[in-house]
Order: sequence, then structure tokens, then C-alpha cells
Amino acid sequence: MAERAISTVPGAVLALLAAALVSQLALKAVEPRPAATAADLPQAPPTATLRLASLGEPIAAANLLSLYLQAFDTQPGISIPFKDLDYDRVEDWLLRILELDPLGQYPLLMASQVYSQVPDESKQRQMLDLVYRQFLLDPNRRWRWLAHAAIMAKHRLHDLGLALRYARAINQHATSAEVPHWAKQMHIFVLEDMGEHETAKLLLGGLLASGAITDAHEARFLTQRLNAMQGAEKSSQTSGK
Amino acid sequence: MNRATAITRTPPRLDARRIGAIARYTVLEAWRNRLFALTVVAVTLLTLLSLFARELAVTESGRLQTAILAATLRVASVFLMALYILNGLTREFNDKVLELMLSLDLPRPGYLMGKFLGFAIVALAVTAIVTVPVAALAPTHAALAWGCSLALELLIIAALSVFCITTFTQLLPAAAFVSAFYLLARSITAIQLMSGSSLLGVDGFGQKASAMLADALAIALPRMDAFTQTAWLVNDAGAQPALLNIALQTAVYVGLLLAAAMFDLYRKNF
Repeated sequence: MAERAISTVPGAVLALLAAALVSQLALKAVEPRPAATAADLPQAPPTATLRLASLGEPIAAANLLSLYLQAFDTQPGISIPFKDLDYDRVEDWLLRILELDPLGQYPLLMASQVYSQVPDESKQRQMLDLVYRQFLLDPNRRWRWLAHAAIMAKHRLHDLGLALRYARAINQHATSAEVPHWAKQMHIFVLEDMGEHETAKLLLGGLLASGAITDAHEARFLTQRLNAMQGAEKSSQTSGK
Repeated sequence: MNRATAITRTPPRLDARRIGAIARYTVLEAWRNRLFALTVVAVTLLTLLSLFARELAVTESGRLQTAILAATLRVASVFLMALYILNGLTREFNDKVLELMLSLDLPRPGYLMGKFLGFAIVALAVTAIVTVPVAALAPTHAALAWGCSLALELLIIAALSVFCITTFTQLLPAAAFVSAFYLLARSITAIQLMSGSSLLGVDGFGQKASAMLADALAIALPRMDAFTQTAWLVNDAGAQPALLNIALQTAVYVGLLLAAAMFDLYRKNF
């Protein structure tokens, strides 16, 4: 359908259109610019309510909730430091998301890599503890987040006892062949750092003798570490004499 | 000039009586198409849903029910109104009803004004039905403010639907445009705020361009997130100051949409 020329439109209609357009522009010009206000993170709803609201799509709902929670530090137009968030509520949200989608890794990544990075030790520990508790429920799938937690405990919190607890948990519970040896061996190196050279040597020697290490490069590296430990022990004994 | 030519050259006049007749038949059509019955059914179902949610709530069950009911009723009434108008006007385009009307002594704006007047009455009736359960749960003054704002929101949706169908003349593009417009109008403030803040500490060209685009869109769109707020009902927040701005915005935007629809209708070659 070909359109008629603009000249066929009566002047009154054109004038009305122009007047309405100018009014809209004037209204927007005097309208104050929207201002951002920070809102508190609300309490997480019960899992049953979230399941109902997901309309049979718990995985999609879990992912949407992850994005919602993740974006909460950057509400429209305002950036809230993570440390200002109520961590009890953050923990509740992360648990709800995990309950909706137990195979999803997103909440534990958020806990171990994002929310645990705040300069507040109690909040860091709260997040690492959450990762530990959730690891125990599905060790073979969630070991990597506990491994990160162990590194955090060692280097950030300087709590070797906690790092050893996490590393041992990986060694004991993450038994799948897909879990890499470096994760399973982590407790040995933590022990070494703690000055528990004898225990570390025993564990490392046992590991090498068991034949569980099939990669030649890895076996060579671990043997070198074992030799270095033994060498360090001998030199310390010699200097002691 | 003979008499016949003189008659044909007489410009058709805008006649309030004929505009009123078109409006009356538009309302009658809504009644016969069972739009009001459908609205009652939707209100009943959503009220039951809110009751169900209330039973699940551990605390603040009344607040939760009101919030869920108000939010879902708002979306449902917008959806029903938009689809009803788009569907009805598409049928009139396809069945050549519009051409028949324009062949009579009726100017094009007369048809448009009559239809919009009818849709405005339908919007008021839908608002009245929808506000009843909300008024039962929330304070009366808050429910009244909420209802007034919903009526104004539906007027914008009605004008937008009329404009879209006049421009596109087909249901699918018109419905897609109305949906996209509504979603954007309800989220434009958040988009504007987010685009204006440098969250990653980067202030490059891309961010500036997106902020400018968001600002440009905000000028062209009504801020529908300020309309029909659930907070008025559950927090007893004062809605009266906001209502004045909402009424002004509605008047300007409805005028703009109807003028644009008239412009498009005049340019159509039937």
C-alpha cells in the first residue's frame, strides 16, 4: 500500500504532533534525573517458594538467582562493596541456589572466589566454611572450590591448620579418578609448610610407591620434592652437629 | 461547479455524536467479546494464586499476598488490554471495516478518536474490576491511588496499541512492538542508572555511547516504573505527589501517540 504525501496530512494534525513532541521533550527536560538508592539484600525465600516460582524450571531459576545475587553489589547506578552485604543473607541465598540446582557450580565459585575476597576475616572464614560444608555433600564435583579455599586459608588467612583440614578433606573424600593428583596431594605440601617434614615425606613416599602417579613428569616432580625434603633434612642434621 | 461536485468537495466534519457512536460500539464489542468476563476470570485466578502464596509465607503473609496480587494484576490487565485492542483493530483493517467507515462522511481523526474514546472507557472498566480485590487487601486511599495510576497506564497502552496497529496494520509486529515498548518503559530508569555508573572503572567510548543511548531512550519513553507501584499498597507510601506527574506524563504521551497515529492514518492510501 503506497503512502500518500506528507502534504495530504492536515496542518492541524502536524501542529498537534509537533506540540505533543515538544511537550514530551519539555517534560523530560524538567524531570529530575533518576537517583540511585542502595537497598538491603532481602532475606532469601524458602526453597519451596522458589521451586513454586520457578514453574518447573529450577535450574533456570537458580541461574537467574545467581545473577540477581551477583548483581546485588552493583544495583542500578550504585556500587556497594561486598563487605557491606549481610553475609548471613548471602549465605542463605547461595544455599537456596544450590538446593535448586545441586549440580551447578556457580554459587560455590561466588563463595570461594568473590565473596571470600573481602578484607574481613570473619566473612572470609564464613564463606570458606560454606564451601567446606557443601564440598562434603558432593566431593567429586566440588573439590576445586575447596582446593581454592585451602589456598585462601594458607596464603590469605595464614591459617595452616584450616588449610590442612581442607586439603585432607579433598584427599579423603574426593576419590574420583577425575580429581587431579595435585589436589589430592595438597595436604602433603601443607604439612611440609607446617614443618611436618616427616609426615609429608611418608605421605609423598607412599604416594610414589603406590603407583598412583602414572604421569612421568608428575612422578619426576614429586620425586624431586621428596629428594629436596630429604636433602634439607640431612643438611639441617649436619649443621646441627 | 455542479451540486454533486460541491457535495463531494465539502470536507467531512468532526462530529461528537458520531465519535460517541464509534466509542459506544467499541465498548459494546468489548462486552460481546467477553473481555470483562475474561478480566473477572483472570482476577479470580490471580487472587487464588496470591492466597496460595499467602499460605506458604512464614511471615508478612498479608504483605506478600498484596504484593503478588498487585504485581500480577497489573501485568495481566496491560496484557489483556493490549491484545484486545490489537486483535480488534487488526480485524477491522482486514475486514475493510475501516475503509467502509472512511467512505462515509467521517474524517479519519474522527474514527481514531472514537475508537480511542471507546478503549479508554474499556480501560476504566478493566481498572475498576482489577482494583476491587486490591482494595480489599490494602488501605482504601492507597488502593484508589493504585487504581488511578493503573487506569492512566492502560490509557497509554491503549494509545500505543492504536498507534502500532495504524502503523504496522499486522498483529505480530504490532504486538511485538507493544511488548518491547512496555518492557523498556518499565526498565528504562534502571538501564539509565546502570549505564551512567562506571562499575568496572572503565570510562571508554562504548560506555559513553551506551549512556547516551539510554538517555536518548529515556527522553522518548514514559517512565512506567513510576506508575502503579506496589510500594504504595504495602508500604503505605504517599502516592499523591507521584500521581500528578503520572497524570501529566499520560496526557502528554497519549497526545503524542494519538497525533502520530493520526499522521500515519492520514498518509495511508486505501
